[in-house]
Amino acid sequence: MDTVTQLQRQLVDYTNSLFLEGFLNEQFNQLQQLQDESNPDFVVEVVSLFFQDSERLLNELAKILEQKNIDFKKVDAHVHQLKGSSSSIGAQRVQRVCIAFRNSCEEKNIEGCQKCLQHVKYEYTHVKNKLETLFKLEQQVLAAGGTIPMY
Amino acid sequence: MESCNCIEPQWPADELLMKYQYISDFFIALAYFSIPLELIYFVKKSAVFPYRWVLVQFGAFIVLCGATHLINLWTFSMHSRTVAVVMTTSKVLTAVVSCATALMLVHIIPDLLSVKTRELFLKNKAAELDREMGLIRTQEETGRHVRMLTHEIRSTLDRHTILKTTLIELGRTLALEECALWMPTRTGLELQLSYTLRQQNPVGYTVPIQLPVINQVFSSNRAMKISPNCPVARLRPLQGKYMPGEVVAVRVPLLHLSNFQINDWPELSTKRYALMVLMLPSDSARQWHVHELELVEVVADQVAVALSHAAILEESMRARDLLMEQNIALDLARREAETAIRARNDFLAVMNHEMRTPMHAIIALSSLLQETELTPEQRLMVETILKSSNLLATLVNDVLDLSRLEDGSLQLELGTCNLHAVFREVLNLIKPIASVKKLMITLNLAPDLPEYAVGDEKRLMQTLLNVVGNAVKFSKEGSVSITAFVAKSESLRDSRAPDFFPVPSENHFYLRVQVKDSGAGINPQDVPKLFTKFAQNQTLATRNSGGSGLGLAICKRFVNLMEGHIWLESEGLGKGCTAIFIVKLGIPEHSNESKLAFGQKMSGHGQTNFPGLRVLVMDDNSVSRSVTKGLLVHLGCDVMTVSSSEECLRVISQEHQVIFMDVCMLGIDGYDVAVHIHEKFTRRHERPLIVALTGNTDKVTKENFMKVGMDGVILKPVSLEKMRSVLSDLLEHRILFEAM
Repeated sequence: MDTVTQLQRQLVDYTNSLFLEGFLNEQFNQLQQLQDESNPDFVVEVVSLFFQDSERLLNELAKILEQKNIDFKKVDAHVHQLKGSSSSIGAQRVQRVCIAFRNSCEEKNIEGCQKCLQHVKYEYTHVKNKLETLFKLEQQVLAAGGTIPMY
Repeated sequence: MESCNCIEPQWPADELLMKYQYISDFFIALAYFSIPLELIYFVKKSAVFPYRWVLVQFGAFIVLCGATHLINLWTFSMHSRTVAVVMTTSKVLTAVVSCATALMLVHIIPDLLSVKTRELFLKNKAAELDREMGLIRTQEETGRHVRMLTHEIRSTLDRHTILKTTLIELGRTLALEECALWMPTRTGLELQLSYTLRQQNPVGYTVPIQLPVINQVFSSNRAMKISPNCPVARLRPLQGKYMPGEVVAVRVPLLHLSNFQINDWPELSTKRYALMVLMLPSDSARQWHVHELELVEVVADQVAVALSHAAILEESMRARDLLMEQNIALDLARREAETAIRARNDFLAVMNHEMRTPMHAIIALSSLLQETELTPEQRLMVETILKSSNLLATLVNDVLDLSRLEDGSLQLELGTCNLHAVFREVLNLIKPIASVKKLMITLNLAPDLPEYAVGDEKRLMQTLLNVVGNAVKFSKEGSVSITAFVAKSESLRDSRAPDFFPVPSENHFYLRVQVKDSGAGINPQDVPKLFTKFAQNQTLATRNSGGSGLGLAICKRFVNLMEGHIWLESEGLGKGCTAIFIVKLGIPEHSNESKLAFGQKMSGHGQTNFPGLRVLVMDDNSVSRSVTKGLLVHLGCDVMTVSSSEECLRVISQEHQVIFMDVCMLGIDGYDVAVHIHEKFTRRHERPLIVALTGNTDKVTKENFMKVGMDGVILKPVSLEKMRSVLSDLLEHRILFEAM
């Protein structure tokens, strides 16, 4: 029992830290609430979807920004998508960078866009790692026979 | 002849002269001898004579002079040597004594003279003292008169007696021919002859008050002599050719009650004076003496005091009479009021039922009519009818209820009521008006709100309806949001309600309802007035809204009956207003709860679950699509997802009840879809409800949504709770425009 409690505490602390540091926000809690017996892996599924979607979008963005004549409308569209996805799962930092990215697109600022792209990539990778660690911890708790505590 | 030693007298030629000398000497001697005798005699007679020694001297001197002259008699003829010696001796003695006397007289004569002057002085002094004595005597007599007069005057409290007595006594004391009193008229511009001594009924002479002579008299508190010819003194026709007697006038201050302060003699700055005129008898040549004038002055003062006492007495008598009259009038009024109340109650008891029945019929049938198939025009008409009849019903109820509330005869009818149903019904009732005004109404019921509670359902609904109705009435545009939750003890005490002491207990809970509108707002100064009856807040917005102004007063009474509190908060004009009330409701017994527990799962919170609700989710972002789907699946819906508008139009059918459209997508795809759906499904009940999900918060977007016929707009991100309440509201009312 001790290991379970310990692991649970670890999980809780880690999750709290993610919230405190601003990686995740309230929306993520909402996702967790939607997970129940009929839908046990809802969160993981949605987050995986997010990973796939984001990687695709980031690649697209990189391609477009390498071109000579940059189609800002397309860039905007992709960033809009990315913003939507990140806000849906509560990846707060990514979402914020997307907002700044959109501003640069409106201004048609190439350098700004490139900087933002880098920033977004960085934030995305960061949050991806964090979430993966979170899921690993959850797995450990479940494996040890405990339940994932509600926050 | 021979020479002899005899002295030959000189006889021959001067014999006549000799004879005369002889006779004169004789008489001189006689006189000289008789003078001392006389002196002695008179000195002896007088008691006081300080100069006896002088007299003796004088006597000796005279005696010796007489002796000398007597002896002289013998020297006219031949006389012997002895005679000559005797003569010489007496002459020497006489010389000595007379010199001594002469010397003595130098001392005495000034003394004698001064005695004379002293005597004159003393005589004057005596005369003066006599005079003063006379004066004191007269003064003492005057004082006696005044005392007597005062006693007479002050022994009565009747104004007429006082004045009459004054005049009579003065007339007697001073032996006057005529004495008169002139009183100022009500206007204060004239003096009217009020009392006279001799004439029984003085004719109402008046003189203007601004005469210089009158001003002169009024300006000083002394008695002044005035001319007998001035108007105030011409009281009797002049008789004959004799001079009229001297006339004196004095002012009599008329004091008012208001002049008297405690411990402070009133200042004689009062402007009202009466004039007392006193006339000496004509042709008596009598003059006014100073002491008589003083007497008159003193009497005038006394009269003033006596008059004021009399005035006070009159005043208090009058006040007492007035009070008695008022008492009677009040009694009568009270009895009339009681009768009126009884009559009114009887009337109300009858009309209560009679008035409400038709109203209910109108409202019920109009509502039913609204549910049928109507053209837009007809729908508008029916909605207007409904609105008007609702207002009329409210008015009737208000008046009937308020009168019963006033009597204190209203009692709550407690029963178990379904709180959620109450809220929903209120929403239903307010929906027509709100949709006409294009207002967005949202209802948020807290999850921990018990579904059932013990209370007066009807009155609670009435209060809620009134508050929400006000919110709708006073908002020209915008939204009204209703929130209801169980008040925790910290939030129960409100600084604005210092005398509200909620005591939570086991069997009761406090329901707190907040209705926030975005309307005209209220000036914070007007807030206390709102709960008074019939007080209307006159702003442009409200002038057309009707209503009797009773609503909030009634609500307050209901809320108070429910041991609660109601208040309004507003930040000011134009900033909207929040009405908050807390009422105490009972927790129904467990038996009730378990009976309804089954039902709770199905029908609590509006709906926890929407089993089998067919929903279509249109979103091109896979992540948010799956999140939305997850939400809806969690709520028990049957969810289908599409990722584009073409797919949506292909797939949509009558089976779908709700479409959630994510319109973050650039372009007007969302609008197109909505338009298409409207075209495809003409009948309202066949068409699925279209709800837009957007992160856009501007008004233009919202207006566009409403224009294309969307049934609702929700702001992303959507929480589970929000989705739940949105769906339940949507299904209840088929309309939902969330506050943005």
